[in-house]
Amino acid sequence: MSIVSRGFRGRRQPGAGLIPPGQYIVDGFPVLSAGPTPFTPLEEWDFTIVDETGAVAARWTWDEFRELPAEAPTVDIHCVTKWSKLGTRWEGVSVDTLLDGIETSAEFVIAFADGDYTTNLPLADMRDGQAWVVYGFDGEELEPEHGGPARLLVPHLYFWKSAKWVRGLRLSDDDEPGFWESLGYHNYADPWREQRYWGD
Amino acid sequence: MLWLVATVAETIAETARTTTLRLDVPVWPGHRAGQHVDVRLTAEDGYQAQRSYSIASPPGADRLELTVVRIDDGDVSPYLTTVAEVGDQFEVRGPVGGWFVWDGDDTTPVLLVGGGSGVVPLMAMMRHHTRTGSTAAMQLVYSARTLDDVIYRDELTTLADGGHRAVTLTLTREASPQWTGHCGRVDTDLLDEVGWPPPVRPRCYVCGPTPFVEAVSLALVGLGHEAARVKTERFGPTGA
Repeated sequence: MSIVSRGFRGRRQPGAGLIPPGQYIVDGFPVLSAGPTPFTPLEEWDFTIVDETGAVAARWTWDEFRELPAEAPTVDIHCVTKWSKLGTRWEGVSVDTLLDGIETSAEFVIAFADGDYTTNLPLADMRDGQAWVVYGFDGEELEPEHGGPARLLVPHLYFWKSAKWVRGLRLSDDDEPGFWESLGYHNYADPWREQRYWGD
Repeated sequence: MLWLVATVAETIAETARTTTLRLDVPVWPGHRAGQHVDVRLTAEDGYQAQRSYSIASPPGADRLELTVVRIDDGDVSPYLTTVAEVGDQFEVRGPVGGWFVWDGDDTTPVLLVGGGSGVVPLMAMMRHHTRTGSTAAMQLVYSARTLDDVIYRDELTTLADGGHRAVTLTLTREASPQWTGHCGRVDTDLLDEVGWPPPVRPRCYVCGPTPFVEAVSLALVGLGHEAARVKTERFGPTGA
């Protein structure tokens, strides 16, 4: 049982029932990242899928990537630093589309990004319409500080799993903790179970 | 990670909007300079609100110290800065974050760049440097709006010892003619003037609001500092 803080009443947002425990709703779009924003020229940008043998299973240049069938998911996002943003509108390519035709028995994915960032997820969490690589936000090109030219979007997990500046997916038989997952943050990160940190 | 009961032992008004809370947390596991904690408040009817705050006290200090800026329409900061008194209790859990930390276990020069309340985790590093007698050269570049907005003003004067620790203050909106120090934002010119040249390969820590962190970290990379040596921590406008 939590202790009561004398004199605390709280601001109490409407819609609080729509968000996971411990979160609050923001209208803006806060930025969180561990280092400087990288700027990769589009002519040097590519997106690669590496299979569990280390072989390149697929690769797209920026122009090729933009020709892939696009989707426009509208989703709620939840950052481990407590903010949630409802009804965010994105444009990009479903990971189902990217994985189409790739034979794999891997159970895990390590997403890798510019700035040496990585994050790990079960492959099952990236299939069946649960994950996208997005390049548009709210009808505009995705801003660099929010992960442009393209970022991962896996809205059912805390938002650090949605790697900014993503450049590819590495399929793996083994689960390998990524950047924040090695620094005290939860390996799976389900916001509805409030899996913020190791041991949660 | 478990929630721990924190009892307010002392409150210090730092600026008009900023308060430091010194907390007794009986089973605090210890922390590294630069880490933060989650704070949870519970109302009588069970309503709860959580926020994260940087730790201002150095590792090993007697009390856990948080410095909190009041966000007027916030849920947690108005309570912490204007309601909480000595003896009041709430919950904390942590420490959290293993990236934006300085342990002081070598003598690599350190460049700390803070904007507004972004100075708080950097202050934990300055205090840790002082407490451990580190001989690493540590330089703090701190941007505030006016002199009255400078958090830890007196202590910063003491910490800048003319030797291993230096502090450069720049004020973006100070109108007083008495202020003869740096004016304006932290930019490439200021970092070039007071920071170390990139060949020294300092560890860089940048903390503040997003536009500040974007500008400073890009200026550092532009000056030739390796991106991998520039660690950032951002406080959003909604860090209530």
